[in-house]
Amino acid sequence: MSLESLQDIWLTYQSTVAFIGLNGLLALSVYTTLSCGQLSLAQAGFMAIGAYASTILTFHTGLPFAVNLAVATLLPALVAIPLGLPVLRLKGVFLAIATIGFGEVVRLFFVNLDFTNGALGLTAVPQRTSMWMIYAALGAALFVLWRIRGSRTGHALEAIREDEPAARTMGIDAARYKLAMLALGASFAGLAGALEAHYTYMVSPSTYSFSRVVDMLVYAVVGGTGVFYGPVVGATFLTALPEVLREVSSRIGLAPGPVRLFVNGLVLLLVILFLPEGISSLPRRVRGALQARRRARAS
Amino acid sequence: MLLSLQDVRKTFGGLAAVDGASLSVGSGEVHGLIGPNGAGKTTLLNMISGLIPPTAGTIVLDGERIDGMPSHVVASRGITRTYQNIRLFPALTAADNVLVGAHLRRDAPLWRRMLFLPSAAVEERAAQDASLALLARVGMSGQAGERASNLSYGDQRRVEIARALASEPRVMLLDEPTAGMNPAEVVAIAELIRSVARTGHSVLLVEHNVKLVMDVCDRITVLDFGKVIADGTPTEVARDPAVIAAYLGGEAAA
Ligand SMILES: Nc1ncnc2c1ncn2[C@@H]1O[C@H](COP(=O)(O)OP(=O)(O)OP(=O)(O)O)[C@@H](O)[C@H]1O
Ligand SMILES: [Mg+2]
Repeated sequence: MSLESLQDIWLTYQSTVAFIGLNGLLALSVYTTLSCGQLSLAQAGFMAIGAYASTILTFHTGLPFAVNLAVATLLPALVAIPLGLPVLRLKGVFLAIATIGFGEVVRLFFVNLDFTNGALGLTAVPQRTSMWMIYAALGAALFVLWRIRGSRTGHALEAIREDEPAARTMGIDAARYKLAMLALGASFAGLAGALEAHYTYMVSPSTYSFSRVVDMLVYAVVGGTGVFYGPVVGATFLTALPEVLREVSSRIGLAPGPVRLFVNGLVLLLVILFLPEGISSLPRRVRGALQARRRARAS
Repeated sequence: MLLSLQDVRKTFGGLAAVDGASLSVGSGEVHGLIGPNGAGKTTLLNMISGLIPPTAGTIVLDGERIDGMPSHVVASRGITRTYQNIRLFPALTAADNVLVGAHLRRDAPLWRRMLFLPSAAVEERAAQDASLALLARVGMSGQAGERASNLSYGDQRRVEIARALASEPRVMLLDEPTAGMNPAEVVAIAELIRSVARTGHSVLLVEHNVKLVMDVCDRITVLDFGKVIADGTPTEVARDPAVIAAYLGGEAAA
């Protein structure tokens, strides 16, 4: 293969690679609150806050991009704290609905904000995100979650997820841990929002709608939330899949759009039915099945 | 007295589950709490551990009022417990369950682990060793790596005791720790409860196994319909006509 054709391939798939990283980071932001048993669907709202904050700074100040990104990371976490104090008392579906409400409020806020051009959003955002930044951000998020696992904090989070009242009678301040994880997830989403805005040249409120959170949640569920890297596996698979499908459907002469939706739905259904712990549990399952077969043969 | 309850009441929709109960547990004492089904024993433990607030009355631990405190604060003051309907963390291993129990005892800030400081690894190793030692103490070293949900009921109860002990509580509340155990296992639990008391922890023991209660308790409080009907040493309580009536009445009705 010649150098030129390699370059062509890179140009064709560059944005897919970037979106694998961004979606991975977003999936981790949903996972972060899920890891202590909380289903928060406020992530698109946090993402919007990060995206708008960094874009406004880019347009109106001469601050270095690193500073804009830092603001986009910290601001959603600061917003998450007053949101979480009342909302995290809610459980299950009530928490989910309250956080959906928050996401919609944030979106409508930006729809009605003339300063950021309302529903149309801001265009011609300078492209300042490079590939390495996306993957550095993803790597940093994975690093933090990896170090939490197996720590005193990590065990406390698992205990809260398994049985919150019992965890509290062991001295675990569940409210504080849940709030901290909501803030951490919010900062992942805000950072992803800022990186995406400066990669796609635009921010607009419609990008941060409810369906965006559903996408994030689907990445996490398909990848599996049993391990911290599961959501990234799911995001990779589901972001790359449409590209593969487009190739395939153009060869067999079908319209790619409907095929994509159909296959996405099918993947979700198959995973929920047959791999409830997600794609990332597949190696462990195969190993388990092989061991069982070996044991059966030995006896 | 280390732990004292004064006129504690709890009503559920007008019905008094605990109706003005008072009792005290001394330091290093094994205190039995017995009574027929529905007498209010579990409700009383739930109030002491902060899971539910009392409707009225006071609970004092070592001079400090703890009634109405959130349960994680109560735990930090030195009270941990086990549950009648076992509440281990099912997806965690036995060893990790005990490690969670040690939460209050561990000095393990996350930033040390983030920076790969050797002190973090040393602390983790020590905490793991301590939880394995506790599992050995309850006779469960063989199943340290087993998921809690895969253990038998008797084994789960023993892991729960180890988890409660891991916080080095001043008072440990045990709610029917021998339910579903065979006689040999009951003997081992009796021995364990005595050894826990010898190391200075107080125990408040709810139990239906009368022989166990008589054997291990220094004092016994008897609850019936939410009220204390007797309080004293095992021999005093066993002779008490009100206790005999409550138990025979309960059995006659059943
Ligand atoms: N959350 C609750 N809501 C309503 N009623 C309750 C609640 N918890 C307990 N009760 C009632 O309070 C009474 C005391 O129950 P409790 O569980 O404390 O009894 P117990 O002495 O532990 O009984 P057992 O020996 O069967 O465990 C019962 O009549 C029970 O139905
Ligand atoms: Mg009970």
